[in-house]
Amino acid sequence: MSSEEQKILTTDGIPLEVSLKKAERKNKIKAFLLVAPLLLFLLITYVFPIGDMLMRSVDDKMVTKMLPKTFKAMEQWDGKELPPEEVFEAFYFDYKLLVEEKTFGKLSTQLNYTKNGFKTILKKLQRKMKKFEEGNYKEQIMAVHPRWENVEYWRAIKRRAPAYTSQKYLKGIDMYKNEDGEIVNVPEDRQIHRVLWLRTLEIAFFVTLLCFLMAYPIAHLLATLPMKYSNLLMICVLLPFWTSLLVRTASWMILLQQQGVVNDFFVFIGLVPDDARPEMMFNKTGTYVAMTQILLPFMVLPLYSVMKTISPSLMRAGKSLGGTPFVAFWKVYFPLTIPGIGAGCLLVFILAIGYYITPALVGGASGTLISNQIAFHMKSTLDWSFASAMGLMLLAGVLAIYWVYNKLVGIDNIKLG
Amino acid sequence: MPNNLDFVKFDKVDKSYDGKVLVVKDLNLDIAEGEFITMLGPSGSGKTTCLMMLAGFETPTNGEIYLDKNPISNIPPHKRGIGMVFQNYALFPHMTVYENLAFPLRVRKFQKDEIDKKVDKALSMVSLTGFENRMPGQLSGGQQQRVAVARSLVFDPQLVLMDEPLGALDKNLRESMQYEIKHIHESIGVTVVYVTHDQSEALTMSNRIAVFNDGKVQQLSSPDKLYEEPVNSFVAEFIGENNTFAGQVTNMSKDQCKVKLSDGSEIIANPVSVTSNGDKTTVSLRPERALINTKEKMDNNFKGKIEEVIYHGDHTRVRLDLLGNKEFILKVPNSSANMDIKMGNQINVSWNSHDARALDPK
Repeated sequence: MSSEEQKILTTDGIPLEVSLKKAERKNKIKAFLLVAPLLLFLLITYVFPIGDMLMRSVDDKMVTKMLPKTFKAMEQWDGKELPPEEVFEAFYFDYKLLVEEKTFGKLSTQLNYTKNGFKTILKKLQRKMKKFEEGNYKEQIMAVHPRWENVEYWRAIKRRAPAYTSQKYLKGIDMYKNEDGEIVNVPEDRQIHRVLWLRTLEIAFFVTLLCFLMAYPIAHLLATLPMKYSNLLMICVLLPFWTSLLVRTASWMILLQQQGVVNDFFVFIGLVPDDARPEMMFNKTGTYVAMTQILLPFMVLPLYSVMKTISPSLMRAGKSLGGTPFVAFWKVYFPLTIPGIGAGCLLVFILAIGYYITPALVGGASGTLISNQIAFHMKSTLDWSFASAMGLMLLAGVLAIYWVYNKLVGIDNIKLG
Repeated sequence: MPNNLDFVKFDKVDKSYDGKVLVVKDLNLDIAEGEFITMLGPSGSGKTTCLMMLAGFETPTNGEIYLDKNPISNIPPHKRGIGMVFQNYALFPHMTVYENLAFPLRVRKFQKDEIDKKVDKALSMVSLTGFENRMPGQLSGGQQQRVAVARSLVFDPQLVLMDEPLGALDKNLRESMQYEIKHIHESIGVTVVYVTHDQSEALTMSNRIAVFNDGKVQQLSSPDKLYEEPVNSFVAEFIGENNTFAGQVTNMSKDQCKVKLSDGSEIIANPVSVTSNGDKTTVSLRPERALINTKEKMDNNFKGKIEEVIYHGDHTRVRLDLLGNKEFILKVPNSSANMDIKMGNQINVSWNSHDARALDPK
């Protein structure tokens, strides 16, 4: 035996590894070319937008770019008392440039986000600035409006110096950085987002639970019925997929509204008096009912695909070995369906947590979710960076849930079909 | 062994699934305690249905089943205390071998140390000691089968049902498992009801065999009797190899009859299910009961032409054209006396009339 490591050669004398790589290369290239379009598509429609969203949610360069000289001069200022003359001078020239470019309106909007009252004093400054004389800008500016003498406003400007900010994220959970740079809660009467987050989690959780409770027997029936009945049942389960989401949601509105079919029926059978019809629409009830119905197939299908593979003789074995029907179900059948339960619950929960159309249409004020808030900021307030921040928080939340889920159930244990 | 002759009793049991066709017709069957009884039959003959009724997964449409003299139709499966081995083992895939075996003991609220003892004993019985922590998926087919057998016996049932348990195994493994199951039965004396469509399995393992066809028990007897003395042509055909002649009874006496065949010749046969002259009949003769060129004196002697010779090692199968039957099979022992077996040769074939059983016509 030689101590040298001997390489295995092919019959032609080429090392085996090299020869293997050569033989496989063509297949590898082919495989890559086949997935390349999808890869490109995902990159363009998924990775880039999310990256852009991330940038947008922390981007605060606008003010930084508009007041370059001011922020440079402010670097030396400790923020305890009014800034020195240089800062005023720098601010004057920065602002003058913005006025000439007619972009000063944006600055006033942005600074007003940070502290109320900037709009008025900036407008006044713009009018009075034309008559300013050279030198001693501090006094001239302070003479425009008493607020310019207030150190708070200068501190507010300084807070906008960094190019990146976590402000939008803090706002998303009803917190903000106060004048001293501490992170504090928004006063309770002005908190809106925390309620929405909690409500989103709550609705997603209960919708998942309801879907599970309803889907389990259906899926079992589907898996055990003879073919001719199970096919029909399967069509019934899939039927909602054939109808537009909007139509389905709208029909729930017709059914559940106060003068709707369900309420009419309740009154007819005397369950509720005519003048006290329960409100089942434009609140949480409506959201629960409509979302459960819409997401039900996503629970049924993974459960069905798992149950289909469970041999009926296992339940029989459980019973013949002395287990009561319940024990046989609980110890034998149920554990075998866990992969399906895992897949179904994860699917429904993640879909529910970001659901938009249905809660927007039937949720009313008490049944809207965080996604509706995101849409609101996208369309109405045009605060895209805030919408991006909340979108990312939602994404992070889903990933966190996925992680916890992986720890509890194990992703390998999940079977989607 | 206390011989309780009707430990299990099927009393006039009928079963229909759709209200139109009877799958099991008027079944009367007594199974003695400690017996190994096999229900043998082609698929669709009702044998599995009988087993399922006994296990409690199907209800008899009519009649009653008694277990140790108690009617059991209204007892749910889990209270019957009957062990069962299923066709595809039905091991619980999410439990280890130990947990599978412990399942029937746990639901019976046994103590932990007692469970351990019983599981150990059952595993050593099927020589699988040391496999406690394996999952069923990690075992070979034969090992899974043995776990299934052990699981059906671990809670000491008085009766064990086996539904084609060896169907999924290959031939060699199947044969060794047959012996293994037979030995287990002999050593612990449990009553076994075994369902199969494999006749050689039934013949090697059973004390008695119930041959099923068309929802009825055609014959219930010991393996040797079943083979040597089939009572009708279905049993004769189904068990082992068989040569048949169709004909009509011409001369009936007490223990012999003459049967006239379609080609005009007459053979002497043993009247089993024919009673009078003119009865149509199928005469059944086992291949090994017919001899060629023999010096023994026999009452049937005919000449036949060799159509085909197939070499089987220890014996040679010969297909003859005999008395108008071109599918007449002979098994010739492989000895030097039979060297002139060649295709096309004419040979003398003889048999005793006692072995030619005149049964019902097909």
